Amino acid sequence: MLNFVWLFLLASGVIVAAFTGNIEVVTEAALGAAKGAVEVCFDLIGVMALWLGIMRIAEHGGMVRGLARLMKPVMIKLFPSVPSDHPAMGAIILNLSANMLGLGNAATPFGMKAMKELQKLNPGSDEASEAMCTFLALNTSCITLIPATIIGVRLSFGSSNSTEIVGPCIFATGIAMIIAVSLDYWFRKQANRGRKL
Amino acid sequence: MLLSLLTIVSTWAIPFLLLVIPVYGCFKKVPVYESFVEGAEEGFTTAVKIIPFLVGMMVAISVFRASGAMEYLGEILNPLTSRIGAPSEILPLALMRPLSGSGVLGLATEIMRTYGPDSFIGRLASIMQGTTDTTFFVLTVYFGSIGVKKYKYSIITGLSADLTGFLASLYICNLLFR
Repeated sequence: MLNFVWLFLLASGVIVAAFTGNIEVVTEAALGAAKGAVEVCFDLIGVMALWLGIMRIAEHGGMVRGLARLMKPVMIKLFPSVPSDHPAMGAIILNLSANMLGLGNAATPFGMKAMKELQKLNPGSDEASEAMCTFLALNTSCITLIPATIIGVRLSFGSSNSTEIVGPCIFATGIAMIIAVSLDYWFRKQANRGRKL
Repeated sequence: MLLSLLTIVSTWAIPFLLLVIPVYGCFKKVPVYESFVEGAEEGFTTAVKIIPFLVGMMVAISVFRASGAMEYLGEILNPLTSRIGAPSEILPLALMRPLSGSGVLGLATEIMRTYGPDSFIGRLASIMQGTTDTTFFVLTVYFGSIGVKKYKYSIITGLSADLTGFLASLYICNLLFR
């Protein structure tokens, strides 16, 4: 699936550029993006270090475990394959909370920490586990309570009511989240049925 | 009222965490600075680990965008989406949604510059910008950080969420602002 998507993006781009006579755009875009990707990672290093450091304190102080215990009833339903006291649970909750508050730069480190913990339950495999798929279904469709960036853009263009889109955003993302989680549940069921047969 | 409360929460959240977590840790007799450094070390290795994944994905997305292939796809899809009441100007934004967060922001800004933030299409662009996350970025970075290469069905789940987000944005925008 990913192989196909990746090939489609790349190949259709090159072919379209070739037929519209601006093939030099491809080279420029490819080299620029390769450089840009490293810059993104470089920017991530500092932020990652900060939040993973703070999170380690929270872990040693027992706060992450406490948070996981608090949300246990919901979490064991969503992640039946993860033990309820597993450190991944706390990291998942931190990631989703940061996402909701619109703290994107804190969300990413927490999310990677969650993936690392989930990978401990999936040792040596280069294939995603069910819990990872559920986590990412939640993550990619997660509600942001304050879409601060777009409110700022609206304000800068003189919107008479820059925040009127907040409710609709929450509505639209909420529906997307329900679909994502249901679909993930269905896929998981299908996979498990296949295993039993 | 609720909104201003939420704004306060999001401005105070980071300073609050930076105060409360270390102080609480100190109460629990955690060697706070040592723990911090120990955790922070992981940040470097994780960030470096995602480089190959991110390069692969960003190059493909960038070529797809810059070549004009995305606009072609938009033109092909236009007859279909105009039937459900989506303005043709919004299609590039919908296609960009799962691919690039900064790309979506750029397009949304452009639409608001052209049509105004309080126009129907300006509002629709705003709602779509604030809805769902950049699926490919999240999958690439998160799976990349642990070296997982087979994403199973999570691409379909993520893209379905994006499509649903698009349809729901269109629906609510038509309902409230038409």
